[in-house]
Amino acid sequence: MDRSAQRKGLTAINGANALITVLVIVQMWLVSAALESALAGRADAALPAAIASGVIFAGSLFLLRFVSRVDRETRR
Amino acid sequence: MKTGTGDPDRSDLPLWREEISFRDEDERYVARRQFGRFLVLTSAAMFAGNVWIWLRSRMHRAASVLAVPIARLGEIAVGEVKTFSFPGPNEPCLLIRRGVDDYVAFEQKCTHLSCAVVYSRERDRLECPCHLGYFSATTGAVLQGPPPRPLARIRLERRDDELFALAVETDGDR
Repeated sequence: MDRSAQRKGLTAINGANALITVLVIVQMWLVSAALESALAGRADAALPAAIASGVIFAGSLFLLRFVSRVDRETRR
Repeated sequence: MKTGTGDPDRSDLPLWREEISFRDEDERYVARRQFGRFLVLTSAAMFAGNVWIWLRSRMHRAASVLAVPIARLGEIAVGEVKTFSFPGPNEPCLLIRRGVDDYVAFEQKCTHLSCAVVYSRERDRLECPCHLGYFSATTGAVLQGPPPRPLARIRLERRDDELFALAVETDGDR
């Protein structure tokens, strides 16, 4: 196995995982903000928060596909 | 049997052999990939949570409750309290008679961690004994302590000699 390619692959996977972590933290904030405003009787923030959360989830899935692809290619 | 990656010299390996690798360099990949999957699973859970909050808030808005009789006039003395459930059986509320003709009602669950609040006649306020959160007995506004929101107020209506609970007024309805 090519060590240099392996190192690059690991760096890419680390970067993608770090980005997904940041996105999940943003989603946690969205959930807590939407819950807080829903409990206070202001439901108008719930739909935009759900849409934003869905977009972030799609981004996370894309990054996971990227991780799988890099993993496959680097280990070939 | 399900196999792992498209690697030609490993295509005959079962998935568990690839996931539990005995090669050190392979193990790093597996750990990172599994961590990525775990993160995406968490992301899916957060998305589901957001959708659930949205659906619940829609249902809450759509639900209409009929007027519910909660007490007869004069049933409780001035400064006294009566508990009742509104709009559902698991939502305890307090009816307070603050004056001869002055009735107010609030949800009994503290907005901090849902402890039951009690009415203090001497201080004319609602008090949560768990973390010393105090609420105004007039508006339900937070006077002191950790509660983040006012108590939900119950809209009352007097019909003949009976009091009816009509609706729950949260912070956003006022």
